[in-house]
Amino acid sequence: MSVSVGTRAFDVRTVRSDFPILQEAVAGVPLVYLDSAATSQKPRVVLDAERAFLEHENAAVHRGAHTLAAQATESFEDARAAVAGFVGAEPGDIVWTSGATAALNLVASAIGNASSAAAASPRHLDEEARYALSPGDEIVVTEAEHHANLIPWQQLAARTGAILRHIPVHDDGTLDLAAATELIGSRTRVLAFAHVSNVLGIVNPVAQLVALAKDVGALTVLDACQSAPHLPLDLPALGVDLAAFSGHKLLGPYGIGVLYGRREVLDALAPVSTGGSMVTTVTLQRAEFVPAPHKFEAGTQPVSQAIALAAAVRYLEGLEMSAVHERERLLEQRLRDGLRAIEGVRLLGDADAERVALCAFDVEGVHAHDVGQVLDARGIAVRVGHHCAQPLHRRFGVTASVRASASVFTTEAEIDALLDAVSGVRAFFGAGR
Amino acid sequence: MSGNELESLYQDLILDHAKHPHGYGLIDGEGPATESHQRNPVCGDEITLRVHMDSGDTIRDLTWEGSGCSISQASASMLSSLVDAHDRFRHPGSGRMPRTEASALVEAFREALRSRGTIPLDEERFGDAAALSGVSRYTARVKCAMLAWVALENALTRV
Repeated sequence: MSVSVGTRAFDVRTVRSDFPILQEAVAGVPLVYLDSAATSQKPRVVLDAERAFLEHENAAVHRGAHTLAAQATESFEDARAAVAGFVGAEPGDIVWTSGATAALNLVASAIGNASSAAAASPRHLDEEARYALSPGDEIVVTEAEHHANLIPWQQLAARTGAILRHIPVHDDGTLDLAAATELIGSRTRVLAFAHVSNVLGIVNPVAQLVALAKDVGALTVLDACQSAPHLPLDLPALGVDLAAFSGHKLLGPYGIGVLYGRREVLDALAPVSTGGSMVTTVTLQRAEFVPAPHKFEAGTQPVSQAIALAAAVRYLEGLEMSAVHERERLLEQRLRDGLRAIEGVRLLGDADAERVALCAFDVEGVHAHDVGQVLDARGIAVRVGHHCAQPLHRRFGVTASVRASASVFTTEAEIDALLDAVSGVRAFFGAGR
Repeated sequence: MSGNELESLYQDLILDHAKHPHGYGLIDGEGPATESHQRNPVCGDEITLRVHMDSGDTIRDLTWEGSGCSISQASASMLSSLVDAHDRFRHPGSGRMPRTEASALVEAFREALRSRGTIPLDEERFGDAAALSGVSRYTARVKCAMLAWVALENALTRV
């Protein structure tokens, strides 16, 4: 059960022993967890890090001068540095949020606020004014976005009079780059897209999309939720202006996420949330804000969660992300080849592109919920439904699909168990008879 | 959940109703019509249910259209046949199902489905729909089975 990648052996058995939940049984059957794209399981080091902080260091950060407060602040900022390092960034480029959804909303709201300010005072010369949208400006997304990277832009468009456009997806799940080239033009001010679609599992061509956006001076926003846990990530090298990912999909805790931003962009945008600890001088009439990233972190932060997320990325770094990616590539091949071979199974986006180990599929004549129930009877946990991507499902002519997604602890035997169970689904429901 | 439990959830009666649904296809019948459209936002399942009432505040007919899992489709079919069968089979000579009885049925159905397997559905009262008793042990599927019944409840408030 181990594969050799470069100089490093990826020992799945050891990895599995790090995840307490894998000892669980579901109604008497050992758990086969293939729903990591929804939320990942947490290795013991993550749980221990959160507990250790709360037991030994807990105190309010960035306020107070007692020993524990200083220690807690140091751990909190160390966590920021660890997460920054994981994505090739500087600590100052990392804003803590409650999750990826909050991070994307923060960006859309900040642009909306800049737009309102510019509209109210056309001679408004603040830095943020250059990100302001006016009626007729365009925001471009893709047809494959998770609702979290779609609805905030719909709201922003409605608020500013900007027009929301989308890059279509081909039948094989890849983006229509010819259409993208047509769409992205002088009116485009924002280009927001997923690094990896949470339904298709295909790695989008970030470099090409960023180049198109840069040509026209559009701001780029990357949803990295499904790439951060699965492949080596260097956000500055990708050249995006902003990016978001969540902790709980990255072997970390709930309630923590990250907004990455190029320094210049974070400096220019104004805070959206205001309050304690993001200020320098406050009078009864006005306040001055600290620089980014802290100016975006009003109020008490999810400190123990940030520290546990740092433990998660250190754990992944210990496995080496290139090895994780290689390992998952093999699982992905096995999963997709196996699904392709089952009669009546249709993959949503079957391109032989760069991918992560995630596949969504439709079983002809059987509803996704019913497929999920049959898998659940064998202890296999998958996601059924639209996976928060209704427009993409509509584009593939279905309301729901089944999604299997792997993680660092997934074994070949688990993929085979899934394939075996899916093979029997149509017969069980008498479909195709 | 073992294979046997899976078969107790997906009884043949349920699979039959799902494949050959009763009352499928909205009809333009006589009498005042009332309609409800319900969606399960989690899975995108949806149903449009229409009833025609008659002068005695009883249900003349119940038809529906929609898409969804076998549990939600079977449940809608079973509800439709339960309403249709009121006069002919279940309570001979009693006439069509009164609105009050339909509301009480929905209430009792909901209570049973939310009981986590502790309250079975009585076959005398619920007909084929009693086969849905097993769904109450799968909390994630209760909404699937409830969809048509919620639509009926909602439709009746609009008469």
